[in-house]
Amino acid sequence: MSNALTPALAVTSRTTLRRRRDLPIPGEILVREGDVVQGSHVVARALLEGELRLVRAAELLGIPAEDVAAALKVRIDDDVTEGAVIAEVRGLWGLFKSTVLAPMSGRIEFVSSSTGHIGIRAPSRPLDLPAYITGTVVVVDPNRSVIIESECTFVQGIFGVGGERQGRVRILSISPTTAVTEEAIPSDISGSIVVGGHSPTIGALRKAAALGAVGFITGSLDDRALREYLGYDIGVALTGDEAVSMAVIITEGFGSLPMSTRTFDTIKLVEGEIASINGATQVRAGALRPEFIAPRGSSASALPCHGRGLDVGERIRVIRVPFFGATGQITELPHDLERIETGAHVRVLRAILDDGRQVTVPRANVELLQREAAST
Amino acid sequence: MTMKTDPNKLRTVLVTDCGSTTTKALLFERKEDRWHQTFRGEAPTTVEEPTADVTIGAVNAFTEVQELSARAIVREGEVPFVLTEGDPAQGIDLYLSTSSAGGGLQMLVAGVVHNITTESAERAALGAGAIVMEAVSADDGREDYERIEKIRHIKPDIVLVTGGVDGGATSHVVEVAETLVAASPRPRFGDTLKLPVIYAGNADAAEGVSSILSKRAHVVVVPNVRPSLERENLGPAREAIHEFFLSHVMSHSPGYGKLMSWTPVPIMPTPAAVGDIVQMYAKQTGQNVLCVDIGGATTDVFSVFQDRAGEHIFNRTVSANLGMSYSVANVLVEAGVSNIARWLPFELAETDLRDRLRNKMIRPTSIPQTLEDLWLEQAVCREALRLSLDHHRSLAIGLEGKREKGIGDVFKQASDRYELVDMMKLDIAIGSGGVLSHAPSRMQAAMMLIEGFGLQGVTQLAVDSIFMMPHLGVFASIHPEGAREIFENDCLIHLGASVVPVYSAKKGRSNTLAHVLCDGQLLGMIQVGKVSRLVTKATGRAVLRIVPEHASIDVGAGPGEEFEREIMLGECGVICDGRNRPIVFSERCAEAQSQVFKNVGLIAEDSCV
Repeated sequence: MSNALTPALAVTSRTTLRRRRDLPIPGEILVREGDVVQGSHVVARALLEGELRLVRAAELLGIPAEDVAAALKVRIDDDVTEGAVIAEVRGLWGLFKSTVLAPMSGRIEFVSSSTGHIGIRAPSRPLDLPAYITGTVVVVDPNRSVIIESECTFVQGIFGVGGERQGRVRILSISPTTAVTEEAIPSDISGSIVVGGHSPTIGALRKAAALGAVGFITGSLDDRALREYLGYDIGVALTGDEAVSMAVIITEGFGSLPMSTRTFDTIKLVEGEIASINGATQVRAGALRPEFIAPRGSSASALPCHGRGLDVGERIRVIRVPFFGATGQITELPHDLERIETGAHVRVLRAILDDGRQVTVPRANVELLQREAAST
Repeated sequence: MTMKTDPNKLRTVLVTDCGSTTTKALLFERKEDRWHQTFRGEAPTTVEEPTADVTIGAVNAFTEVQELSARAIVREGEVPFVLTEGDPAQGIDLYLSTSSAGGGLQMLVAGVVHNITTESAERAALGAGAIVMEAVSADDGREDYERIEKIRHIKPDIVLVTGGVDGGATSHVVEVAETLVAASPRPRFGDTLKLPVIYAGNADAAEGVSSILSKRAHVVVVPNVRPSLERENLGPAREAIHEFFLSHVMSHSPGYGKLMSWTPVPIMPTPAAVGDIVQMYAKQTGQNVLCVDIGGATTDVFSVFQDRAGEHIFNRTVSANLGMSYSVANVLVEAGVSNIARWLPFELAETDLRDRLRNKMIRPTSIPQTLEDLWLEQAVCREALRLSLDHHRSLAIGLEGKREKGIGDVFKQASDRYELVDMMKLDIAIGSGGVLSHAPSRMQAAMMLIEGFGLQGVTQLAVDSIFMMPHLGVFASIHPEGAREIFENDCLIHLGASVVPVYSAKKGRSNTLAHVLCDGQLLGMIQVGKVSRLVTKATGRAVLRIVPEHASIDVGAGPGEEFEREIMLGECGVICDGRNRPIVFSERCAEAQSQVFKNVGLIAEDSCV
């Protein structure tokens, strides 16, 4: 537990990735092993049980609960259509009739003599499970799940909102170090995943969503812009179900941070391709980060990927004040705990930042950057 | 060889707490003088993919204890322990564990009347160590479809259904069961299994409820949690929860079947174990206790207070989304920027405050490097404590023993409820969790407890040294005396005491609120609006005497009354807080808070912060 390094997020232009697609309940798998699927293909289907509606028959008829059974016009397991009479009582001399109509079509599931309620279950409805990523079906677990494998470009963000989407990658014509304003959003982005810049204004986000963009990947986001975009404040980093038409993924953090050059260059390699994104984020144990996955097209080049540990000479980014967002190179990894300004004794590293400052920071407050390299 | 459970034969016990992120192993050893906590090892919990086997992380933690202690503990085999034989320096006598991995025990509770049966169900579930994901009541103001829609989307481990007093009407509780059937929630684990449902309501409705639910759920019936309006009976429901926890939750969690086979003692939910040790300590010392465990995602509050009948009542609540890392932004959302900023001894722009907390949320393992950043986290802690205590007070309710007859019983009951938590009567506040236990200075921890809880009167302050309360809770189930010895000597770190007079506008003209004496010697005075620290000569037991200056000033013994009691002191001495309760903040609160920090030594007097 002594290594407190925050793991780096994956940024790789070529990798083999698997995604498991699970049905929430047993159902039918529509593909076979070896099938090639696109992200939007339906690979499995399940029938979700319909909702059950309680009809307060005794109250509606003005009779005791135990008398409802005698007033029934249907039997348990009968199918009924919306508006059909399901219970009826006649008043004095049979002149005044009170009826209960089915509020929806479905099947009579129960009649309770304790409460006088009638339960009607709506028909089951199909749930279609899309492949999400383009690739090959490599494992089928009958009735349950499939695993799809993809040769792809893969980038993880640090935080996102909105669930799975597919769209064409559209790079903004501004540099990653430029804040995104409304003017930077082009008009022909319907169905696109817009990528670039940092700290988009709420106007820029709204414009992109209104123009039909399905995703927006940017370096950072101001807390206020996120709040205004969603219409509420997010309290816990457990996202993915937000009711927004455009998913938003940030790659660096909150505030004003440009997208790292490597992340930007990696996504730029698949500009124009159809990609899959998912803004879902879960920071707790079993962490789930938002992701960008684009099948590796023939035009895509590769950036070398370096899998390394914490070591002298490695490039890092500081993820906490007072050097938040600064990048640099590790110069020393002292073994012993050191006292920092707060008075706490922690494991630290020393680094030289890109602006020349020599700093000491807790190891828990840095993440490794993958080495920059020119595309080949 | 089998493990020993006879307390007289135990000398070496290994205990783990399998948390969501970390599995912590502690070694307890019987030395010549008493039981000691001697070694500690920890490893990442391995309940999630790709390992998906909790025992891997547990063995890693055992191995760390083995390396540190030079005691042979781990071996290959079905049960991976070296058991003590001839050489007492090798092996262990017993292995025990608690668990909150995978988000802990998650429950849905349902009842008929919110502040009667549903609240009792909530107290039963919380006391058993669960997180209550949702509490539904027939009178909660929602339409059927809203209630059904809400329940449909949650996946509880267990459902507790209650409603009605014994001998009362049955139709409403049957209706609650119908709502459950309509929503058909599915269990979190083992999706082919029936959902575990405990029925603890009106005994007359048990058959009807069971017949409605049994097609879709595994139903067990236990005695009513609320047999009458003025009486609760939470024990049987809590036992049933614990049994389902073992048979339906633990046994289907990755690797837990194996872990359970390693110990002869049932694995306890972590909060239930903490609750047990808090109750044991309160019972043994006869004190009113308030204990908080503030974690990254949730904050648990435990209390034991004497009710009006003189009985010590235990309560636990969990504020599921108040925490210091994963949930830090939720404290921001619930408390608001200004309530956090008022505890800071410096000005911080709202945008900066918000972005810093959001970045902590997404990178939860990062730590404060600057004092300002540390103070911001500690300000968040104060608000998390305040909000979680508010939540706790709303649920820690006493019931009057007087039985009303007649049709108005239900309505009468609402007015016979009273808050059990009386801050003036609180004897000791115990803090646990990294932000309190590992605060760089003990005074910081003391101030977080005083200000976050809004302490009043005289309160002893303590922190849990390394969060060993879960381990001690499960150990207490086998060896209560050993657990008490470790709790008092190795677990609790006494910080000192806070003295907070509460006064009315009629308190007189003097700026002095009270005189503070320790073992008969005058330590100093408490001034209106001023926070100060009075240094005591020594730590340990001392008799503290507080003499109020005016008949309207209450220092913990009633208005105008002197307070005198033997208490435990610590390195923070006696912290006197002359700010009346609730604290009224000026517009220049950063300046005022900076002065408070200076007065108690958290900022140097000559600092210009």
